[in-house]
Amino acid sequence: MITVLFFAELQEQAGKPQLELELGETTVRELKERLESTLKITGLNRTMTAVNEEYALDSDAVKTGDTVAFIPPVSGG
Amino acid sequence: MAEELFTVTEAPIPVEDLVKKVERPEAGAITTFIGTVREWTKGKRTEYLEYQAYVPMAVKKLAEIGDEIAEKWPDVKTAITHRIGRLEISDIAVVIAVSSPHRKAAYEANEYAIERIKQIVPIWKKEHWEDGETWIGDQLETTSYPKGKPNIEEERKR
Repeated sequence: MITVLFFAELQEQAGKPQLELELGETTVRELKERLESTLKITGLNRTMTAVNEEYALDSDAVKTGDTVAFIPPVSGG
Repeated sequence: MAEELFTVTEAPIPVEDLVKKVERPEAGAITTFIGTVREWTKGKRTEYLEYQAYVPMAVKKLAEIGDEIAEKWPDVKTAITHRIGRLEISDIAVVIAVSSPHRKAAYEANEYAIERIKQIVPIWKKEHWEDGETWIGDQLETTSYPKGKPNIEEERKR
């Protein structure tokens, strides 16, 4: 199971802060494409991604047990 | 008990607490940065702000900024607290305290910390304007961010 987290604008688009997916090994890029088509959210290709709380590249692997967070441009401070 | 130098909280931030965290005999200077909620931005009036964070990662990234600072300015000590939730005009959103033997490093490291917060710490601000609301992103208007490839390779080298 992969846990997916949404924040800020993406959370509003997705209509929920998180979801769980039963998936085999995949990549960040594939996960983004899948979510864009199933959840009808846009802009994932422009957000950063964190896998297990570390920034990841689109080509990085995602496997069961991982937490994947989509991080829109940050605006703290 | 070890004091937490890097925290995210829903409670108001007492500035003095951060100063205390970095106070030490070796220090000859302590700088504080206090980020507050601004009412007017480019002619638009803010009623209040809402901050959201990916808390565990935000704490980790704040600590990473502390590590970066320790590498660049070896004699400084840094503490950062960011507040989340609903904040009213003039409320304190972030406090950064840096102590160092001499003032220059304390000023420089403090400025470095706020710049890095705006780049790598997963915290978002939602503006509630008089006439609507918007999640704010890309405050630094860097070239990398809108492309969605925010220098992760660079970040990994740090």
